[in-house]
Amino acid sequence: MKLGNYIIKRSLLMLLVMFGVVAIVFAIVHVIPADPVGALLGGNAPPAVVDRMKEQLGLNKPLFIQFIDYIWGVIHGNLGNSIQSGRPVVQDIMEYFPVTLQLSIVAIFISIILGIFLGIFSAVYRNKWIDHFSRIFSILGVSMPVFWTGLILLLVFYYILGWLPGTGQLSLFVIPPERITGMILVDSLLTGNWEAFWNGLRHIILPAAVLGYAATASIARITRASMLDVLTQDYIRTAKAKGMSKKVVIYRHALKNALIPVVTIIGLTFGGLLEGAVLTETVFGLPGLGRYIVNALLNLDYPAIMGGTLFIALIYSLVNLSVDLIYAMLDPRMRA
Amino acid sequence: MNDVLLEVKNLRVVFHTYRGIVQALDDVSFTIHRNERVGIIGETGCGKSVTSLAIMRLIEPPGEIVNGEIIFEGKDLVKLNENSLNTIRGKEISMIFQEPLSSLNPVMKVGFQIGESISKVKNISIKASQKFVRDALKAVDLDPERVVNLYPSELSGGMAQRVMISMALSTNPKLMIADEPTSALDVTIQAQIMNLLDELVSKMKNTVILITHDLGVAAQFCDKILIMYAGTIVEFAETKELFENPLHPYTKGLLKAIPKVGNKNKIVGIPGSVPDLVNPPRGCRFHPRCPFAMEICKIEKPTLKTESQDHLVSCHLYR
Repeated sequence: MKLGNYIIKRSLLMLLVMFGVVAIVFAIVHVIPADPVGALLGGNAPPAVVDRMKEQLGLNKPLFIQFIDYIWGVIHGNLGNSIQSGRPVVQDIMEYFPVTLQLSIVAIFISIILGIFLGIFSAVYRNKWIDHFSRIFSILGVSMPVFWTGLILLLVFYYILGWLPGTGQLSLFVIPPERITGMILVDSLLTGNWEAFWNGLRHIILPAAVLGYAATASIARITRASMLDVLTQDYIRTAKAKGMSKKVVIYRHALKNALIPVVTIIGLTFGGLLEGAVLTETVFGLPGLGRYIVNALLNLDYPAIMGGTLFIALIYSLVNLSVDLIYAMLDPRMRA
Repeated sequence: MNDVLLEVKNLRVVFHTYRGIVQALDDVSFTIHRNERVGIIGETGCGKSVTSLAIMRLIEPPGEIVNGEIIFEGKDLVKLNENSLNTIRGKEISMIFQEPLSSLNPVMKVGFQIGESISKVKNISIKASQKFVRDALKAVDLDPERVVNLYPSELSGGMAQRVMISMALSTNPKLMIADEPTSALDVTIQAQIMNLLDELVSKMKNTVILITHDLGVAAQFCDKILIMYAGTIVEFAETKELFENPLHPYTKGLLKAIPKVGNKNKIVGIPGSVPDLVNPPRGCRFHPRCPFAMEICKIEKPTLKTESQDHLVSCHLYR
């Protein structure tokens, strides 16, 4: 099958991209004039200790050898040890990433539903009040910074109304589920821990709404534009001439065609959510990957910075790959 | 007469644009009887397609039917709501379009798209309609087993138009409107498609409106020909009568403009160009290009009048 070839080709290309990312990140991290050992030991450590530390971290070797070592490690799934936590970076990522992933999945879910429907209604009722409303609503979404929206929502729903919990993933007294995937909602479902599931769900509503709302605008706009374009196509006229009802024309004939460009935007947005959730994570006190990488940056934790960046690049590429596969599913012309 | 299928009365269609109101159809009236094949002929932008879309009630904003009646089997289509229209579209009146490839939905298999029409008319599921889909494809000389599972992008233009025809005729409509069905196709394919249409329509006894700018095609296919110019009907007569005895100066000009094999003389065109329909000429819309224009032509709009047996013309020369 041609699809198989396509996947292999894309995967090989992805490897190349990954190598490029490693090289660039490695270069940038080692070029910045900063001293991780100094940051770790403090400015007054005796030279002997500093040398031992450098040797331990492999920082005394020539840069090129360090690079080869690092690549060798990456191939074997070893991203080195975090200078700060002392644990393998892979382990750190596995702990922090599920939080971000869960947040992003719920957020993208919200924005897909909201964005696509707003987009459809906007297009179908073009220049009517519903169109203006949805455009203003989505423009507000991109215009308001997430930390601000986040704080306002916290103020209203947590502090004033008290409907939803504030920060964190679970309330203090709720026993967390056994760790399987690291995503609290999934784990609590798998272990049948309903209390944790309900509590976790209530915790994720606000941050996911904040993150998802910001992403809604682009999806709604693309859906609207694409839908408007599709609705003037000849085959829509054919469908109408066949006596298809408005619903069938919109949802069966137009939507599938209109969604093709929307899928790209959803993919890009999802990638963006994964790496850009840091502000939301900070406001809502969630231990996600965004915060992990920012902390690593602030502490000059080389292996963690490189490992985190590489991981995000990998995820981004995987998302793009799946977008292309979804493309092929939606559009028969892409399969040829 | 009792066998009237479609009667269009005083139809006016306008398009609201930034430049102003385009008067696409101005007071168009004509009658079509059962089993007739009527050709609507005119230049690009004369209102042929608008007429057909108006009959289907598919004029979309910024277009609007501002006046007139379209009486199909006693019902005025202009007054019907969407739901009632959808019981007529596809079932009683169906349509095929100029660009067959873009008129098929690119993400749906051919079998599904034809099945959709059949399932609606027969009130069965699309799956159950597949048996009829195969028959419909066989009727247009396509290999059903192969074609049902193809996507439109895998069809040639000729095949796509065959698919469109099978879709339009699968429900055996009383009226079929073919809007320039062959203009996007090669000449050899054109002949095949017109022969196929001819054969099918003769067998099924559908009434047909054929919209074309090709007088040759119309002469072979149609019983009657209706000539349109700038949103008005200028002449309406039986094909033979029209070719032998054209009355309107515009029709005469059109007939003179057909190139003939062996004719070494230069082709004579009609001087001038089609008027801007935002600001159409007063009186007869053809008068600025008419070699016989009189004073009255600039002032008064001529009405469509019976000049001789079944020969209608709209011109001040005949009164």
